[in-house]
Amino acid sequence: MAPLIVDGLHKRYGDREVVAGISFALVKGQCFGLLGPNGAGKTTTLRCCLGLTAPDAGGITLVGEPVPGRAREARARIGVVPQFDNLDPDFSAAENLLVFGRYFGLSDAVIRARIPRLLEFAGLSSKADTNIKTLSGGMKRRLTLARALVNDPDLLVLDEPTTGLDPQARHLIWERLQGLLAEGKTILLTTHFMEEAERLCQQLAIMDEGRIIARGTPNELIAEHIPVSPSPLRPANLEDVFLKLTGHELRD
Amino acid sequence: MNHFSPPQLSWRAISVWRRNFMVWKKLAIPSVLGNLADPMIYMFGLGYGLGSLLPAALPQFGGGSYIAFLAAGTVCASTMNAASFEALYSAFSRMHVQKSWEAIMNAPVALDDVVLAELLWAAAKATLSGVAILVVVAALGLTSSPLALWAIPVIFLTGLAFAAPGLIITAVAPSYDFFMYYFTLFITPMTLLSGVFFPLEQLPAGFQAAAQVLPLTHAVALIRPLLFGQVPAMAWLHVLVLATITVVAFWIALGLTRRRLLS
Repeated sequence: MAPLIVDGLHKRYGDREVVAGISFALVKGQCFGLLGPNGAGKTTTLRCCLGLTAPDAGGITLVGEPVPGRAREARARIGVVPQFDNLDPDFSAAENLLVFGRYFGLSDAVIRARIPRLLEFAGLSSKADTNIKTLSGGMKRRLTLARALVNDPDLLVLDEPTTGLDPQARHLIWERLQGLLAEGKTILLTTHFMEEAERLCQQLAIMDEGRIIARGTPNELIAEHIPVSPSPLRPANLEDVFLKLTGHELRD
Repeated sequence: MNHFSPPQLSWRAISVWRRNFMVWKKLAIPSVLGNLADPMIYMFGLGYGLGSLLPAALPQFGGGSYIAFLAAGTVCASTMNAASFEALYSAFSRMHVQKSWEAIMNAPVALDDVVLAELLWAAAKATLSGVAILVVVAALGLTSSPLALWAIPVIFLTGLAFAAPGLIITAVAPSYDFFMYYFTLFITPMTLLSGVFFPLEQLPAGFQAAAQVLPLTHAVALIRPLLFGQVPAMAWLHVLVLATITVVAFWIALGLTRRRLLS
């Protein structure tokens, strides 16, 4: 069964329809990218999928469970990396993982056995007992990713995982995510970095104003929308597709 | 979605309570001493300073010294303050500033569990505050009855009855500054109107009636007799009032928090 099926999702705030009837499904073991400018409705879509806000219409099935009805049960098998870091500033790196694992009902023994591997994955083995206030932005991001893996989830949901990181830190995150895909994890990713989408995603959907306006593999989207590169100096890329479809005006 | 539908609580709340306890443990001793200092200053200052001006063994003070009368009030007021601070400033910090609640809700923990955990944690911390004063009061010989041990569950219930309304304010607070209104308009007047510093009977009749709706009045009505070694009159009624305030205020706080975070 598909790890996530979204069917005809609608969500409005007041008069504004933030999500205007979108449908998509994830393929197990693949990375699905939800692209779109700021305010396109990506984060609201994720919040609905996780059962953190109730949709006005539409069906969501997350790891086989109906959402929001059984969102709590579904989230037991999901790992989430939120857009903004919300690590616990009162704890060390290892304590952050321990406390978060307890929220999944895992015993301390099980979590403690997983912590060394998670810290190694995050490249933070030497920082186990360091208070997270002293970690760099990239380290915090990697720890947040490791935290999302504490329950060994089937599906990872990443909301703009590399926003605000320098290129080195971003490449390290990409490498880790590729490793997780190679292990067979499924990923749902929102981003507005086209390079990120091209590198990681097998399937893409471009969202604007609450609707999916294009979908396909990165190469399909480029071939379909930009048959001729706008510059003779380079081949057409996803950024060209994105700007063609969503326009050049600022969205903030 | 109806934000005021019945709470759906689960045992996962314990994991959130443990998170707060784990943070507190790191600073436990300064925290307990800090919570003890302020009420002790009031109790000794007013108890001995003001008390020495008063004739000994006034019937209004239960026939004992003024400081023994004030001690019971101090236990209640300190419990109230500790529960309120935790449910306001600390919970707001976790909800709004650190976004800890959002992180927790990405795990299989519902907001209902998080708010329940905050309620139980604030009451637990208030219990530590109240019991710390009770220990000092007993060490000074201001109470000697074994009935005083019954004050401990009452202190916890008092903590709940103040944590729950505090969480309502937290649910609607735009910033820390907002809490000033709650303290100056609600907590401080209540401290003066609930029989902490002087018997309720000294107030005009209208104020006495109004005091009956204040949770602190009921906490004092239970704890003072217990510290004097007496069984409180109409104890069930005072317990019922405090329990009702807890349940109703928790429900409202949860509804408002759901509206704030789950829209």
